[in-house]
Amino acid sequence: MADTKTTDAFVVFDRVQKSYDGETLVVKDLNLSMPKGEFLTMLGPSGSGKTTCLMMLAGFETATHGEILLDGRPINNIPPHKRGIGMVFQNYALFPHMSVAENLSFPLEVRGMDKTVREAKITRALDMVQMGQFANRRPAQLSGGQQQRIALARALVFEPELVLMDEPLGALDKQLREHMQFEITRLAHDLGITVVYVTHDQTEALTMSDRVAVFNDGRIQQLAPPASLYEAPQNSFVAQFIGENNTMEGIVTEISGDKCVVKLDDGELIDAKPVNVSKVGERTRVSIRPERVEMNKSRLQPGAHTLKATVREFIYMGDIFRTRLSVAGNDNFIIKTRNAPDAVRLEPGAEIEIGWLPQDCRALDA
Amino acid sequence: MSDTILRTADGKPLKAALMRASAVARRRAFMLVLPLLAFVLITFVVPIGQMLSRSVTNDAFSANMPSVVAWFAANPEGTEPDEAAYAALVVDLVNAANARTIGTVATRINYDVSGTRSLFTSTGRKAKNMEAPFKDAVLAADEEWGDKVVWAAMRNASAAVTTTFYQAATDRKLTDEGVYAKAPEDLRVYLTLFWRTFVLSGAVTLLCLILGFPVAHLLARLPMRISSLLMILVLLPFWTSLLVRTTSWMVLLQEQGILNNMLVYLGILEDNGRLALMYNQTGTIIAMTHILLPFMILPLYSVMKTIPITYTRAARSLGATSWTTFRRIYVPQTIPGIGAGGILVFILAVGYYITPALVGGATGTLISNQIAFHMQDSLNWSLAAALAAMLLAAVLALYWVYDRLVGIDNMKLG
Repeated sequence: MADTKTTDAFVVFDRVQKSYDGETLVVKDLNLSMPKGEFLTMLGPSGSGKTTCLMMLAGFETATHGEILLDGRPINNIPPHKRGIGMVFQNYALFPHMSVAENLSFPLEVRGMDKTVREAKITRALDMVQMGQFANRRPAQLSGGQQQRIALARALVFEPELVLMDEPLGALDKQLREHMQFEITRLAHDLGITVVYVTHDQTEALTMSDRVAVFNDGRIQQLAPPASLYEAPQNSFVAQFIGENNTMEGIVTEISGDKCVVKLDDGELIDAKPVNVSKVGERTRVSIRPERVEMNKSRLQPGAHTLKATVREFIYMGDIFRTRLSVAGNDNFIIKTRNAPDAVRLEPGAEIEIGWLPQDCRALDA
Repeated sequence: MSDTILRTADGKPLKAALMRASAVARRRAFMLVLPLLAFVLITFVVPIGQMLSRSVTNDAFSANMPSVVAWFAANPEGTEPDEAAYAALVVDLVNAANARTIGTVATRINYDVSGTRSLFTSTGRKAKNMEAPFKDAVLAADEEWGDKVVWAAMRNASAAVTTTFYQAATDRKLTDEGVYAKAPEDLRVYLTLFWRTFVLSGAVTLLCLILGFPVAHLLARLPMRISSLLMILVLLPFWTSLLVRTTSWMVLLQEQGILNNMLVYLGILEDNGRLALMYNQTGTIIAMTHILLPFMILPLYSVMKTIPITYTRAARSLGATSWTTFRRIYVPQTIPGIGAGGILVFILAVGYYITPALVGGATGTLISNQIAFHMQDSLNWSLAAALAAMLLAAVLALYWVYDRLVGIDNMKLG
């Protein structure tokens, strides 16, 4: 998934590899380039190499091979304190023996700034995160959300152009997390800073980022804006990892342009869009989002394949209904329907017919 | 509100109900700690109390010389001993000689005025044949009975409760005029020793900190598998007898020892210029630093273990050099460990006995060696107790200063 190298790239990973023990690669051939001002999220399960990439960018790990460029300069040999990169850590890493103001003052002091300049900058940074009145508190006297704001202010107070965030919201509860997601994106946008954000929470990645890099097994599986990541996953890992997904395995029997027919393992034929398959006879895993499965035949294309399904379970979730079906040997086929006035509540045991638009059903690698 | 006391559903005060409800649990908990409490009382509190009381009481004289004590009580300080005084002395000496307690009496006065032991015993032998006038008879037996200092010492000893031993422990002696004054410079033993003890302990503490800090840091940062292996090396000295460790240092440090031989072999030292590494302060410092090092490393390690690496990383990402990060972020967070290790090592060093006794020689012994000397050789237990009490007071004072500066609750032992 090599990204094309653009001339205005601000952060560039060029064929970067990383190994800790000389036997296995944690990061395998990473190529990535980010323009200035972009909010890029590295998303992936733990052990996928995303945090290692962030640590290499910050300077706490060195790349075993390849080059990392920041604003056109190779930074492999620049120590972390000279990189001028702001960083927000998962557990905030606020210095416990310093007050909030002293924490914010630290990066300015080591840069040799005057007291008056420092004070102005600290006030501005604290106001930015609405924590102005907490300047004299100790970190231990603040709640998790407040500490996170201070950590954010500290990473921004010396006005870095690039800010790295390592699962910064991981320790917060759901409501606060959603609020902080909004705050962080707003700040990043207002200040025009470039952000590399690491998370394993896909909702966070989808709602905050300009682009998301999905990591698995040391590689970027897909690098795309959130919408295309969700709607057009390039391989089955991405399809599985982002959002809920129904999969069925089978063999491609017909392929023409952007349409193919897949014969499922139990003999059923379905229409799909070929993504990762190229020839007839190839094994494939087709993927369809639960909300794109259609029970209303009139909305399907004429001649589209439909499948018989048996309702197994009906779950009422308020805004939506979640129904578990048996389809083509898969007992875990989920469909979601909006709780509209005319929505049908299916009873377990009912026999229905389902189908979908071929472009919503993607034939991916097996 | 008319009724501010919270009550239970049936109207009893809530507090009383709570006390009753938890009484059984509290009683059971108390029973569990009772054995330890008794143990501590018997083996720690009582001996220390005894020691403290011994440092201010000694009735060796007052119990055995009642007539002289009575004369001192009847005549104010400064009265020249008259015929009555000498008569009382002769009566007491005769009785003491018969009761075979004259030795203890003599020893007690000898603490204050050295060389008076034989004065008592020889006069005691002659006393039963003495006749009035007793003053002349006693003075004829030994002229020293006319010395003011002897009578001052006896008056002083006639009270069972006395500050004599603290005077002695602070290098104050009875002068010929019979008053306490600072001893001549060359006889000031104890204050010099106290000073040396604190300076040496401070040096040992500082050395332990300098040597232990990097080791503790390494242990805290290395992967568990390797660090537990290294931890065994740190703890190894604990599993070896203190005597073995000290004597090993003697083997290493003595003039014909391994270290000197090596330096001579390598041509760094002349054969006749061998270093005196033992039987002086150098030896004491080297051996004590080695023995006390684990007491510094362990608290430091336990504190450092709790400092996540992200603080260091955060400081570096904020633009601090590694030195600034160490100085302003890392060290301040290790203060509880430095404090705990420092206090622990210092207090242990202040009371250290075996090692300085074996490798210290004349200039490397500490106050504890002097205390041991008075316990075992001179048998002046009261003076030993006074010295020990002063040591205890000094340590408590230091503890208080530490609490004021750093805060005891800021100390972390493990």
